[in-house]
Amino acid sequence: MRPVTNQMKMTIAGYSKNEALARMCVSAFAAQLDPTVEEINDIKAAVSEAVTNCIVHGYRDTIGDIDIKLRVIGDDTLYIKISDKGVGIADVRQAMQPMFTTSPDGERAGLGFAVMESFTDTLKVRSKPGKGTAVTMTKTLHRRG
Amino acid sequence: MSVEILHDKRNMTAAVTGEIDHHAAADIRITIDGELERTTPEVLTFDMSGVTFMDSSGVGLVLGRARAMKQWGGKVRIKDPSARAEKILKMSGLGSLITPRPDGKERKK
Repeated sequence: MRPVTNQMKMTIAGYSKNEALARMCVSAFAAQLDPTVEEINDIKAAVSEAVTNCIVHGYRDTIGDIDIKLRVIGDDTLYIKISDKGVGIADVRQAMQPMFTTSPDGERAGLGFAVMESFTDTLKVRSKPGKGTAVTMTKTLHRRG
Repeated sequence: MSVEILHDKRNMTAAVTGEIDHHAAADIRITIDGELERTTPEVLTFDMSGVTFMDSSGVGLVLGRARAMKQWGGKVRIKDPSARAEKILKMSGLGSLITPRPDGKERKK
């Protein structure tokens, strides 16, 4: 196990206006790893999907807290854990299928996990119905020069 | 985020500037849907040249409008997405809606 060399925790209220705030905070934390513009955009998209899932699915009819835990592992890897205490997911495997969505209004593409998976190196989803969902992602940044 | 609507005969263009996430998509949707209902255009083009960030909410936005326009046989097109937005659009199978660039040049990153 490589050591944790920096960390940060934040809790945001699950208002959709905080999606942009979450992206900005995570990319500010990631800046210490000297990421490329491409890598920062990958991170922002993955965070945006995870936080949106908490708001749209976890807290469908309520506003709850979203916990964001960030770590630097070694000198090149970003660890991001985004969790809610919402309704949870009964079948994680099904939820992770591209184009699967439970959104009733037809405005969600069902691509959240697909985007997270494609823009990070590892993705782990733990969920318990009635307890909440935690998404853990890691991304190793390839330093320039 | 802002969205500017342009009408040219039966074609409508929605030029989106700024970030498209779930929060912004809700406002963009209201603006576009009001105009769609009023004018029922044949083609709605999303001009994405001014989009600085997009997650899968952008896909939902396009899919939702395409579905609505089916009622009167209208179609959706996507113009000038960034390479990154294009990647997300292609994940969802919406790549075919992207209009080819007339100069055939590489898309902006």
